[in-house]
Amino acid sequence: MALEVNGSTIEQDEEGYLVDLSSWTPDIATALAAEEDVELSEEHWDIINFLREYYEEYQIAPAVRVLTKAVGKRLGKDKGNSKYLYSLFPYGPGKQACKYAGLPKPTGCV
Amino acid sequence: MAKYEAPPLMSDDGIVDIPVVVPDTMKGAGPFISKPEFQKPMNFPDDIEQDEEGNWSLIPNWKEEALNKLDDLRGRYRSLQVYLDICVKCGACTDKCHYYLGSSDPKNMPVARQDLLRKVYRRYFTFAGKYFPKLVGATDLTEEVVDDWYNYYHQCSQCRRCSVFCPYGIDTAEVSMAAREILNHIGRGQKYSTEIMGKVYKIGNNLGLPQAALADTLEGLEEDIEDETGVPVKLPLDQHGADILLVTPSADFFAEPHVDGLIGYAKVFHELGLSWTLSSYASEGANFGMFIGSYENMRKISMRVRKAAEDLGVKRIVFGECGHAWRVAYSFLNTLAGPFDFLDARYPVPQHVLEITWPALRDGKLNIDKSRNDDMTLTFHDSCNVARGSNMGDQENGQFDFPRNVIKAVCNNYIDMPEDTTKDATFCCGGGGGILTDDLMDIRIKGALPRMEALQHVTDKYGVTHMAAICAICKSQFTKVIPYYGFSMDQIVSVHQLVSNALILTGQVDEDEVTEGEE
Repeated sequence: MALEVNGSTIEQDEEGYLVDLSSWTPDIATALAAEEDVELSEEHWDIINFLREYYEEYQIAPAVRVLTKAVGKRLGKDKGNSKYLYSLFPYGPGKQACKYAGLPKPTGCV
Repeated sequence: MAKYEAPPLMSDDGIVDIPVVVPDTMKGAGPFISKPEFQKPMNFPDDIEQDEEGNWSLIPNWKEEALNKLDDLRGRYRSLQVYLDICVKCGACTDKCHYYLGSSDPKNMPVARQDLLRKVYRRYFTFAGKYFPKLVGATDLTEEVVDDWYNYYHQCSQCRRCSVFCPYGIDTAEVSMAAREILNHIGRGQKYSTEIMGKVYKIGNNLGLPQAALADTLEGLEEDIEDETGVPVKLPLDQHGADILLVTPSADFFAEPHVDGLIGYAKVFHELGLSWTLSSYASEGANFGMFIGSYENMRKISMRVRKAAEDLGVKRIVFGECGHAWRVAYSFLNTLAGPFDFLDARYPVPQHVLEITWPALRDGKLNIDKSRNDDMTLTFHDSCNVARGSNMGDQENGQFDFPRNVIKAVCNNYIDMPEDTTKDATFCCGGGGGILTDDLMDIRIKGALPRMEALQHVTDKYGVTHMAAICAICKSQFTKVIPYYGFSMDQIVSVHQLVSNALILTGQVDEDEVTEGEE
């Protein structure tokens, strides 16, 4: 799989995740979301930006609870739960948000 | 939710109706194929190539290697040789598989699925098959046969429900494992499993959760527990000299409702005054080596548990809520990674966390307020590998009684699902044995049908609101697929989550009481 963004070709794996994680740019996130008919709002970007910050420090996506807690702290307690995240990323915040943010897919029994 | 169609729930007694056969409904390409980069760390051949359309070749001498591997495996495992020979096609297993019941594809009848391998075995390794193949249903090994293997052996979750009903006791899971091990060696490894096992070797767990991230996650959980209860419950990591090494699926660190179970274990250990630790080196309970039938890789993963136990100097090894971890631990750990003569012989090696929690509850060592779970009416999903491959408490049916006893000790409202769907006749969640991957979503949803019928029945009849499980795969699979059947994902709970809700720690001051006091 591959995606055309701003004239360059971005390689994706079978499930649409980036092959070269370092190639990520915000435009790629927008393009990846558009592929799934999602238009990224400011609320989406809040999550994507947090995921990228966390990934930079820990080389892995945050656990669901770590993510909800951080979202609750930043955006208010009413948003610090899975329900809010699923309303933004209906395929699952772990997997769908990670894809747009250019993180590897969480694997295992999850 | 992605667009898949779940079969309608139609039974009035909670038992799924047996469908009329519809050939080839699940014919397909199977899951994503393991690329050379994932094959290599497994020590599987990686000389496969992708054509312009993206299709992967088999290895150059695939036919010879497949037959060699089959010969090797039937020599290694007398059981496999027996299972290949003794099936009499009586048909007792035909309607026992959740994937057949959910998909109507006759190749998902256990006997037919196993015959995909048996017909090749007969052709090359039996007198009748060599000289009179047509008379005995023996077939040449062709690429089409390999495609069928790859597709249909990844529609078996190795749950062994069919084996319970087999009058000869054929363990069909072993046949599926052997088939996958042959596939591993001819260029048809399964990406989901091999990619994950590569992460275990490199980082220590299926998720690829490095030590620093794990430490940060555990610290966050300690904060949460202290905020909620006022008690500083610890989740120690890599602590030398602790008594207990807890090995649990990495999903317990990462996903919901798994993490609520982990909090439950921590609270129980804390309250009982047990000294324990997690290990970042062996931060994975699940052993995917079993799924792909690879003894060598299963052993390599098990050896990490042994090494962690030795390095940390623990006296006991305890496993968390993980069906496949417990199967491997209970049935194989001693021969894979033993002898464990350096551990304290007064305790079982290994031990299940429920073997700590149930006796403690039974003996009144934990202060429980059952009413804290009164907002739920529970039922329990027996996980296949615990139910049919293990035991607890060294007593008959302990693996069925321990989880139920624990739930009943911490909840007022408990109802069992219909008998044909529980205990040793339990239905797989639909995601076990290496099937819990998005590229197999269609069969996962269909395979959940028998359990969904049973759950719908107790929901309608008894007002059940939640289903508890003791396996990371069951929990993840259900949270993902039950919305397709009209349930909601938060209806799935961990057994130790229920314990955590009801357990009043010594010195506990509830968060809401603190807030009320401040106001």
